[in-house]
Amino acid sequence: MPEQIKDAAGIVTKVNDYTWDIPMSYKPGMRVPGRIFVSRKLLENLEHDTLEQTANVATLPGIQKYAMAMPDAHSGYGFPIGGVAAFDRNTGIISPGGVGYDINCGVRIIKTNLTVDEVRPGMKELIELLFHEIPSGVGSKSKLRASDSELTDAFLHGAKWAVESGYGVKEDIEHCEENGYMKMADPSKVSEKARSRGKPQFGTLGSGNHFLEVQYVDEVYDEEVAKVFGLHKGQVTVMVHCGSRGAGHQICDDYLKILDKATRKYGIVLPDRQLACAPAESTEGQNYFKAMACGANYAWANRQVITHWVREAFTRFFRRDADDLGMNLIYDVAHNVAKLEEHVIDGEKKTVYVHRKGATRAFPPGHPDVPAVYRNVGQPVLIPGSMGTPSFVLHGTQKAMELTFGSACHGAGRVSSRAAAKREFYGETIQKELAARGISVRATHPSIIAEEAPGVYKPSDEVVDVVHQLGIARKVVKLMPMGVAKG
Amino acid sequence: MAGEGNEGKYEFLYHIADAKFRAYGSTMEEAFENAALAMFNVMIDTKNLKPRQVREIELPSSDIKMLLADWLSELLYLFEVDGIVFCEFKIDRIEKTGEGFSLTGKARGEPIDLSRHRFDTQVKAVTFHELEVQQNEEGFWVQVVVDT
Repeated sequence: MPEQIKDAAGIVTKVNDYTWDIPMSYKPGMRVPGRIFVSRKLLENLEHDTLEQTANVATLPGIQKYAMAMPDAHSGYGFPIGGVAAFDRNTGIISPGGVGYDINCGVRIIKTNLTVDEVRPGMKELIELLFHEIPSGVGSKSKLRASDSELTDAFLHGAKWAVESGYGVKEDIEHCEENGYMKMADPSKVSEKARSRGKPQFGTLGSGNHFLEVQYVDEVYDEEVAKVFGLHKGQVTVMVHCGSRGAGHQICDDYLKILDKATRKYGIVLPDRQLACAPAESTEGQNYFKAMACGANYAWANRQVITHWVREAFTRFFRRDADDLGMNLIYDVAHNVAKLEEHVIDGEKKTVYVHRKGATRAFPPGHPDVPAVYRNVGQPVLIPGSMGTPSFVLHGTQKAMELTFGSACHGAGRVSSRAAAKREFYGETIQKELAARGISVRATHPSIIAEEAPGVYKPSDEVVDVVHQLGIARKVVKLMPMGVAKG
Repeated sequence: MAGEGNEGKYEFLYHIADAKFRAYGSTMEEAFENAALAMFNVMIDTKNLKPRQVREIELPSSDIKMLLADWLSELLYLFEVDGIVFCEFKIDRIEKTGEGFSLTGKARGEPIDLSRHRFDTQVKAVTFHELEVQQNEEGFWVQVVVDT
């Protein structure tokens, strides 16, 4: 008799310590079971909606194996945040709700050869400089005045366009997922509205949980892999977390409406309108995919331009050029995206549309999509913490290919609402507490700090430990924040 | 939320990662106006804003819930692209048409000025999640979850 957990409303059955299933009998129309990858403790705190939304995803046509939720899962709309699902290319669907509004919201880490002791004394001034050099927050304007043709180029060629335009070096592209751009992008599928929202925001960080962080390697778990990634204890790194800004939001918005109609046209029955979708190979489905790729490429270009400004700021601050400072990009991952990938399912090689909504791709050693320099150890899997909590670098494993369509978690996951956070925390107090722990925070104003206080997220190490224990990615280093800039 | 719930016009409800609110009105037009007010109060306290600029809005939509989403989405679009933060909303009429519903109205506000305006987190999109347009004995109520 499988163990029943009361706290998850008696819904799930235990598969092992970190795997819990929602049976197909839970909800009419489920085509596969739901599968939640959490510890018992995380399960006990899981909201009912997260289970419900995972079960909803399981009803979508062509879904393979399980509707999955990663260890950091929390409720979203349509798919849960932390949701992973793969749909057969021929019988399955594609859904903007499985990608999210912020298409290719993602993370990158830039290393330096500076040590924590070299950077700590000037941290406050450095974070102030970064805050000013990289525009963030509501209504912030970019320093980059992109023309229409530049915007089109960014939609088409992402980080590659940015590097060719002088914002970075060739190696940066090689160290991005998809080499910094998805080739099926077609700007003719992007509306004028998405263009006009995207244009003035190109080269801005945004608001909400997006941030720019100066960190240092606090702990090394795997010396060998850390060496391949070029990381060692005490070393300073920079993390950039942002996405496709208004462009991506508008693309998602536009296609939710188009696919809402398509859902009816193709006779797809949905438990939630936010799951609007179309057969993957239909005109509507492919148009979304081509527009989504534009949004994804915009985000890669955006993070690349920001990287260039980070390097410039460091150069000015330390009076050494970026090369001399060793400011190479380690890797850049997308955590809101749909991809056409090959996976072995029930012993058969299949082409599927993998939707990762708040989940990170985690490809194993030997995979052709892993950059040559990392191919022996697997893809760097970058997991940002929240403000004041550690971030982690892991490496991809074969286990993820077997269990999660090559995916791992994307962050810590919220446990408390923004409104509650502002009632519970005072921005100024949090800022002082963090300062006492050696973390300088610079934000537009204090309530932004309260909204993203460390206490509103699940502890990042708990989530990452589940990923590590499951073996869907393995820990390489822990990064501690020392300076945070956010909008 | 930057502003608090407002004199029976709207109230904020619990949502873990984003913002959720209900807005009320004796007519559907009024409920839609109050939904717009609630949405802008997620970002900023609109009490101190002045209705110095106006934008006229005309929308067709396939159904009433979509019309609500389209109305709020259009305001977000104008907020981002024209750089106006809105504080007053007037919907002349919501009508049933052959293809669905239509709306004609106005939004008033002032140009974004970061030296004076203190924004909390930005509303980035209007979702279909738990989207409601309902009528009861007291009038109309609508419910919206916005992505922040």
